[in-house]
Amino acid sequence: MVNIVTIPNLQVARDVLNNIPDPDIPVISIVELGIVRDVEIKENKLVVSITPTYSGCPAMYFFKEEIPNKLHEAGFPDVEVKVTLSPAWTTDWLNDQTKEKLRTHGIAPPTGNAMEHLAKKKVSCPRCGSSHTALRSQFGSTPCKALWFCDDCSQPFEYFKCY
Amino acid sequence: MNNNENLYQFLLRCADDNLIAGQRMAEWCSNGPILEEDLAMVNISLDFLGQSESFMEYAASLDTTGKTSDDLAFGRSEREYYNHLLVEQPNDDFAVSMVKLLFFSAFQKELYTALMEGKDERIAAISAKAVKEARYHYRHASDWFERLALGTDESLRRLTYAVEELWPFTENLFETDEVYNSLFAEQIVPDMKSIREKWMTTMREVFSNGGVDIPANVHMYAGGINGYHTEHLGHLLCEMQYLHHAHPGAQW
Repeated sequence: MVNIVTIPNLQVARDVLNNIPDPDIPVISIVELGIVRDVEIKENKLVVSITPTYSGCPAMYFFKEEIPNKLHEAGFPDVEVKVTLSPAWTTDWLNDQTKEKLRTHGIAPPTGNAMEHLAKKKVSCPRCGSSHTALRSQFGSTPCKALWFCDDCSQPFEYFKCY
Repeated sequence: MNNNENLYQFLLRCADDNLIAGQRMAEWCSNGPILEEDLAMVNISLDFLGQSESFMEYAASLDTTGKTSDDLAFGRSEREYYNHLLVEQPNDDFAVSMVKLLFFSAFQKELYTALMEGKDERIAAISAKAVKEARYHYRHASDWFERLALGTDESLRRLTYAVEELWPFTENLFETDEVYNSLFAEQIVPDMKSIREKWMTTMREVFSNGGVDIPANVHMYAGGINGYHTEHLGHLLCEMQYLHHAHPGAQW
């Protein structure tokens, strides 16, 4: 008889989380979006800390179910999802690769850093690259996006707000 | 009263302000003047609901009777609600809703900024998140204020009406009582006089950009934070709490 003590493997857990897409923007994962703040093992329990993008983000309810489900499937029986509010989520956590994924998905990525959140700025059309664009509304289809319009393709597009 | 009771009371005020503001804003859903504005208003409403939940959950964690945040939202009656009078006022006209949002978001923007520096870590964390949302709300409302003020005779008429209707509820935002003062002594909440000064500076700027006069010598209403409300809150709660009363404990 050999006693096998299974210690949760952090790297495996991280890989699982890297493959959970954001429900509204499925081209990027919840790790790339910056929702997952920390993964740690506490007394053989896997503790995943997440933070909401916006206070009322409805996807938080989804994450609280989806994260344990996917980790259970991958062989982690004991999973706790903890919600942290500090530090507050910011688009500064999105790296260049993630921003490029947003753009190829048709969403203009945030430009500039979070401190310039309300500055008047130029946003390029994610389809044709034109800078002849205009803000239509600060509030789009989800809390994190604004609605812009491209005057060259005559099409509306979404802009991931700087936050 | 012990310290937790004061904190509990203050958390309910913040939660109720956001919940009632959110419910009012949600009434615009599918009734907005244009599609973009409809979307904007429900987005703003969602922010309010999220902020309310953050404060309500904190309050529920201090509740010694084991109430959940849902119990607090759907199980209290009018006199047990502690929101400011401004947020419960009816939507009336689009201009009224935008002026209400202007007054309220400018207040929240300053309050949250100050609460971030306060001694209660959980309130500071909620505020650090909420202040970003309040800034966007303020930007939206102040843009509309200017647009309506400098638009047509009709838009200016409606804006002026909205200002006259709602200005009497603004002093109430800065009302303090022993609950607030005790938390101020503990450095959890800021000096309300400084919040009022900053708010007034913002108002002077916005009103002057639109060429609109700030009302003078107006009778100011008081209450709300003590559970005394205008007649509108009861009707709002009837609608908001109906489902929960019809199906107690419903989950969705």
